[in-house]
Amino acid sequence: MRRRPADVPLAKDVSDRFLPWLVAFMVYFVALAVISATTMHKLVERWDKGLSGQLTVEVPPPGPGVSETERRGRIDRVVQILNRTIGVEEVALYGAEEIAELLEPWLGAGLAEQDLPLPEMIAVTIDTEAPPDLAVLAEQLDEAVPGTLLNDHKRWLGKFLDLARTIQIFAGAIVLLVGSIAVMAVVFVTRTGLSVHREVIEILHLIGAHDPYIARQFQRHALALGLRGGAIGSVFALATILAIGQVLGPVESALPPVLSLSAAEWGLLVLLPIVTAAVAMVTARLTVLGTLTRMP
Amino acid sequence: MVRFEDVATNYGTGPDILHAVSLHLSPGSFHFVSGPSGSGKSSLLRLMYLANRPSNGRMTLFGRDVEGLTRDERAMLRRRIGVVFQDFRLLKHLSVAENVALPLRIAGRREDKIREHVTELLAWVGLADHFDDLPATLSGGQQQRVAIARAVIGQPSLLLADEPTGNVDDRIAVRLLYLFEELNKLGTTVVIATHNQALVSRFSHAVLALGEGTVRVEPPPDSKARDAAEGSMA
Ligand SMILES: Nc1ncnc2c1ncn2[C@@H]1O[C@H](COP(=O)(O)OP(=O)(O)OP(=O)(O)O)[C@@H](O)[C@H]1O
Ligand SMILES: [Mg+2]
Repeated sequence: MRRRPADVPLAKDVSDRFLPWLVAFMVYFVALAVISATTMHKLVERWDKGLSGQLTVEVPPPGPGVSETERRGRIDRVVQILNRTIGVEEVALYGAEEIAELLEPWLGAGLAEQDLPLPEMIAVTIDTEAPPDLAVLAEQLDEAVPGTLLNDHKRWLGKFLDLARTIQIFAGAIVLLVGSIAVMAVVFVTRTGLSVHREVIEILHLIGAHDPYIARQFQRHALALGLRGGAIGSVFALATILAIGQVLGPVESALPPVLSLSAAEWGLLVLLPIVTAAVAMVTARLTVLGTLTRMP
Repeated sequence: MVRFEDVATNYGTGPDILHAVSLHLSPGSFHFVSGPSGSGKSSLLRLMYLANRPSNGRMTLFGRDVEGLTRDERAMLRRRIGVVFQDFRLLKHLSVAENVALPLRIAGRREDKIREHVTELLAWVGLADHFDDLPATLSGGQQQRVAIARAVIGQPSLLLADEPTGNVDDRIAVRLLYLFEELNKLGTTVVIATHNQALVSRFSHAVLALGEGTVRVEPPPDSKARDAAEGSMA
């Protein structure tokens, strides 16, 4: 006997051509969504760690007609307070050049030459083990020179954390959405298969097949389609991630090397097609059993 | 084995095709179902292989009332019934051997046993050379014999054959009937629907004669003769 074909010839159905691509598409998106969410998380964590020891103090530019001596006095007062504070390890004034450089993206090039009033920036390194009370420090600085800001990056880091969390929720939503679309597609395809192959199924029933036997035909098919599509999706996702890594390669020295996949992410790429195929299989089985039971 | 009590049947919401059918097929019996085209021979068999439900009356199969059987119970009953469909109903995408193997596969038999049985049966119906052929490449008569092989491979207790000799010449028809008689001698209850009156009269078996939407049970001719003789003696 030749290699045994399935009793229900599902392999010739149209579904055989479109379902794997649908599954591939879904696995691709889920993989990318999950990996970008975890990458985002990694990034935030890294920045959080790197930045938490760093503060910036911003002393507003004095009003017009203020003498150079007075300007220096304002900064000295601030630096003195900082040096006095227990928990502050290092205080460094940004030079005019550096400030101009920092502000260039917002205010344009050639700032240093212009006579714009720029704030003074002071970089402060604190002991992360025994940090000073930042609220008290901020109050003292504002008293010494009104308008002085103590920027501990927490504010925008917090925004960043919010963004990361939003992306994670979004990724979760994509997984759920895509999962339910996949399940619906399998239900639809299975129902179509049941109706297209009604005659074959009737014959199988008449020669004594019980419903699980029929279901097994559809299960196997769904499992194979799921694995095939899932594998395609995973491979494409991997290719995309590697490509992004290549593109960002030059920048990566500045960024932490987050685009190298962790073991968990490799696991995800391997596991995702398997889980998808298993879901497709169970869905097909339940659909067949449910539909047949409703038949006379 | 099979008992009908005032059974009627129809298709969907249509009129009754058969009504007031009462009959009893005892285990090991051999019956022809005869009647003109459209008289309901196939419909009667459909009831027996549980493809249709009686619209009225009571029907028991292997001592079980067919009403209220679960789907699994119906499947289990069907495994004890071999059916030769009038239109064969072979699976087009499966080879001859795979078609014949289906009942055993469904019953979950071992692969080596399946192969052994299939080989044996295809030789029995004279199709040993067509093992791997697709049904579409066979003649009508050859397909019919594949259908017969599939019907009997599971050694059913009840064999229902709908025009099993419709596509073969008389010589093969007679040979096939001898095959059915052989099975019958081994204990299978056989029911054969045919409109071939010559064939019916050539073999002396009981006849379920269809006409006017119901069934008349005629005992075998020789027993009729015997009854008649007994009647004249009395
Ligand atoms: N699927 C169906 N739906 C509706 N009516 C049907 C169906 N099958 C058969 N009938 C009707 O039932 C009646 C009996 O048909 P059946 O096929 O049982 O006759 P038959 O004796 O087997 O005929 P033949 O010798 O031509 O095979 C016919 O009037 C036919 O029109
Ligand atoms: Mg018929």
